[in-house]
Amino acid sequence: MPMSNHTQPMNDIKLDETSACINHSEKKESIFSLVKYAFIGMLFGIVFVKAEIISWFRIQEMFKFQSFHMFGVIGTAVTVGIISLAIIKKYNIKTIQGEKIIIVPKPFTKGQIYGSLLFGLGWAMTGACPGPIFAQIGSGLICGFVILASALLGTWTYGFFQEKLPH
Amino acid sequence: MFEIIESLKAPWAWYVAGAVIGLIVPALLIIGNKTFGLSSNLRHICAACFPANIKFFKYNWKNELWNLFFVAGIMIGAFIATHYLSNSNAIIINENLKSTLTNLGITDFQHLMPSELFSFNSLSSIRGFVLMVVGGFLVGFGTRYANGCTSGHAIMGLSNLQWPSLVATICFMLGGFIMTNFILPFILQFN
Repeated sequence: MPMSNHTQPMNDIKLDETSACINHSEKKESIFSLVKYAFIGMLFGIVFVKAEIISWFRIQEMFKFQSFHMFGVIGTAVTVGIISLAIIKKYNIKTIQGEKIIIVPKPFTKGQIYGSLLFGLGWAMTGACPGPIFAQIGSGLICGFVILASALLGTWTYGFFQEKLPH
Repeated sequence: MFEIIESLKAPWAWYVAGAVIGLIVPALLIIGNKTFGLSSNLRHICAACFPANIKFFKYNWKNELWNLFFVAGIMIGAFIATHYLSNSNAIIINENLKSTLTNLGITDFQHLMPSELFSFNSLSSIRGFVLMVVGGFLVGFGTRYANGCTSGHAIMGLSNLQWPSLVATICFMLGGFIMTNFILPFILQFN
């Protein structure tokens, strides 16, 4: 194992409000090595379609409490996630490159309330959160590009006004 | 063997989907110390394509290329599932929802999305435009304002037992509840 593991104390990881970084690995990865994320993404895309998570109808049913399906999906995912992270923490499991696993907590801001409410409105309208937008396009919904372009405009607009918005 | 393929082609149960999605959290951490979160990609695309000298988009997005590979994979996976892992059965929809929507002129229940609302033709209708363009805008604006979406907050954040993510999750569920039950019935009248 490379000795660089021991020369990277945790406080070396820079965090600031504008940090977009959710990549906590110090290792540079080649394009080839990035393909493994595409494979996990593929699995996720298949699940999105096969479990009908990208369906506008399923989202309507969820918010009308007419179906258990989406609550079941999210509930199971969270349960499996909680158990997995507990195991990783308890046994101090390392990455396959031998790095310590780091999960940076998201600090609370009031923006999480305002932003989440707005996102919720958009989620019920489009039937898509950011992941499913890409799955909708992949499944052949050509007008998904319109939703994606609008979402990019929304994100860009947030970036433009970021410092003026209450957080 | 035939039966296995047939059952793969039928819609998957919630517990199968939930388990797979839940396992993506440790998988990303273990293969590369990556935190699950998809809405950041919208920011990375803006940073890569339209940074416009805005501080919020000035960072090294190339460090986050892995996430763009991840969404590229999502698109490919959705393509594979749609073309090679699907049967031709119509989607099963709650009867109450069906009759509510039928009354509003939405009768296409064949696919995952109703074509009366989500198609290029419907862009010229008020409801189609509002749903796709305004809805998409709110998704992009809201998730960035909230610093996360369903994957980053509801799944990753809750898995890590973070209360800010619980607040976010409750708020976007509330937003969706308000839209579906109180605002959408109004918007859907304008076709």
